Amino acid sequence: MMGPDAVSRQRIELASSARQRQSAAAPPPALAVSGLTVAYGEKPAVFSVDMTVAQGTMTAIVGPNGAGKSTLLKAVLGLVKPLSGEVRLFDLPLSRVRDRLAYVPQRASVDWDFPARVIDVVLMGLHRELGLLRRVRPEHLDRARACLARVGMEDFATRQIGQLSGGQQQRVFLARALAQSADLYLLDEPFAGVDAATEKAIIAVLKDLQAEGRTIVAVHHDLSTVRAYFDHLFLINTRPIAAGPVAEAFTSANLQRAYGGRLGEAQVAGMQADGVQGQDTIR
Amino acid sequence: MIWQALTFQLGYNATLVAIGATLLGIASGVTGSFLFLRKRALVSDAVSHATLPGIALAFIVMVALGGEGRFLPGLMLGAALSSGLGLIVIGWMIRNTRLTEDAAIGAVLSVFFGAGIVLMTVIQSMQSGRQAGLESVLLGSTAGMLRADALVIGAGGALVLLAVLILRRPMLAVGFDPDHAAVTGLNVARTDLAMMGLVMAVTVLGLTTVGLVLIVALLIIPAVTARLWTERAEVMVAFAGVAGGLAAYFGAAFSASAPGLPTGPIIVLASFTLFALSLAIAPTRGGLASLLKQSRFRRRVHRRQGLLALALGQPIHESFTLALLRREGLARADGEPTDTGRAAAAKALLDEARWAALRADPAHGLTATRYDGLTPIETVLTPDQISELDRHLPRPQKVI
Repeated sequence: MMGPDAVSRQRIELASSARQRQSAAAPPPALAVSGLTVAYGEKPAVFSVDMTVAQGTMTAIVGPNGAGKSTLLKAVLGLVKPLSGEVRLFDLPLSRVRDRLAYVPQRASVDWDFPARVIDVVLMGLHRELGLLRRVRPEHLDRARACLARVGMEDFATRQIGQLSGGQQQRVFLARALAQSADLYLLDEPFAGVDAATEKAIIAVLKDLQAEGRTIVAVHHDLSTVRAYFDHLFLINTRPIAAGPVAEAFTSANLQRAYGGRLGEAQVAGMQADGVQGQDTIR
Repeated sequence: MIWQALTFQLGYNATLVAIGATLLGIASGVTGSFLFLRKRALVSDAVSHATLPGIALAFIVMVALGGEGRFLPGLMLGAALSSGLGLIVIGWMIRNTRLTEDAAIGAVLSVFFGAGIVLMTVIQSMQSGRQAGLESVLLGSTAGMLRADALVIGAGGALVLLAVLILRRPMLAVGFDPDHAAVTGLNVARTDLAMMGLVMAVTVLGLTTVGLVLIVALLIIPAVTARLWTERAEVMVAFAGVAGGLAAYFGAAFSASAPGLPTGPIIVLASFTLFALSLAIAPTRGGLASLLKQSRFRRRVHRRQGLLALALGQPIHESFTLALLRREGLARADGEPTDTGRAAAAKALLDEARWAALRADPAHGLTATRYDGLTPIETVLTPDQISELDRHLPRPQKVI
């Protein structure tokens, strides 16, 4: 007799075999960079970088000022032309995965005196979908508002963007990226110059995205929060220094190599102590 | 005479010219807005000055071929070709030398214009050049404008507007955040090229009406005028179209009533008049409005400071503050609070305490960012939230 138990057992078996099949053909990395070199004039900003980011991870790109962090991100997004090397996203070239990408540039990279309201900026995340002539419909507005709600800015929808604080601007940028409902989010210093409440709100959204199975790569400048916020680390100083899970790669030896003499031994030790403490306090 | 011109009573031809000019003005204001938002206003000056050698060469070629040298479509083609060349040279200089855009613009503008003036002098010495009247392309003159010319200008203006309608979204996206636009798959270089193409079209269409020296004014002044009135890009574009259309219409009409006047400068002056008016009276960004806003804000700050001083029993030293409080019946001449003043002061102090509690509580994170020391707390919290907040206040506020 085939009771409910048997049926559910069968289902479980089906599910597990499906999982096996999937693991046999592991999902392609969200991002695979090989031999990437980018130069401004004759000065390489990023030299011969290999980098792999697995799907569903949250990676911090860390390094000193001028180490090529932003340039690496821009090369991945096709915003600067590399001298050599290849970038593949989900095992495809950039041109075929644009729908699955969202980019949050540095806040200071745009002129906030531009005549636009908060909702107009978020709607720009839907431009690809809207094309040239399609009208903005109520459902688009609803989606834009939902994205604003996710970053706690629903009350600011009709506010002029020039009136926002730095933290609010950053939230709007994140909302615009959310509107693109991407699989890979690339952020350039999302926590630079924002208030503590905004930092907390942004990291909560990013962790939610990760829980939904999306991949996050962020240029990050605050060594004291690396452990608490990210699970993977990519250390760079023009050349790649170290990469891997934060627990393995975030060591004082690696940081010394990336930052050279700019980071004292005691500083690194203190940072790591802070980091461990931070890990305990987060959840 | 002017009234007749403005109301289209100067005959069929003048009316046609006015309508053509108005369409050109609309197209110019609208196109210029995108240029302004992309922060490339100056490029249009290079585009327009670079048309001159092309115009002169086109004239020479058409005469050499035995045709009419002033044939407008031919002149326009020459203008477009040489300003296109100017744009290419600017782009090349920026990419391949270490020159910045403004330097490249300056170099191209002056060299092309200089070459054009030399060619114009050559034309003057030619047999058919004596009565050419080609100088009208410098400052514009609608006096000798043919009906066919007016039709070409009107139709061209309408085509430019259609193109803007199709390209508005990419052009705005590139104007606000080119990097983000590029990541979403927009070709930024091609969008910029299309925008420059539209600017070129407006310049060429405007040759006979505004003239190449001053067309930049009809591209930029309406955009700047519109920016004073609105904080939304789409509204600004529409407004700039209206401002440009009005200026061009007035210019053409005045010029029809006084044929000796060059049209371009009159259009520019009309455009500037609109700008000056807007600067004075525009409600959001106008000078008067921001003066009012500033003085209102100053009064709010002084009032609040005064109330807090009353609440804490401190003397008020600033005469402006005291005058303000006295005018509202909150304080007496000796600086002592009246009864209503006492109540308002207590309320201000309570507001401060509540704000302090709110800002200390991480749960109110985002609301806390709206603290400016002036906003009554009732405007950001519900009564329930306030009474919740009050339970955390150190102790009941009974200062006075």
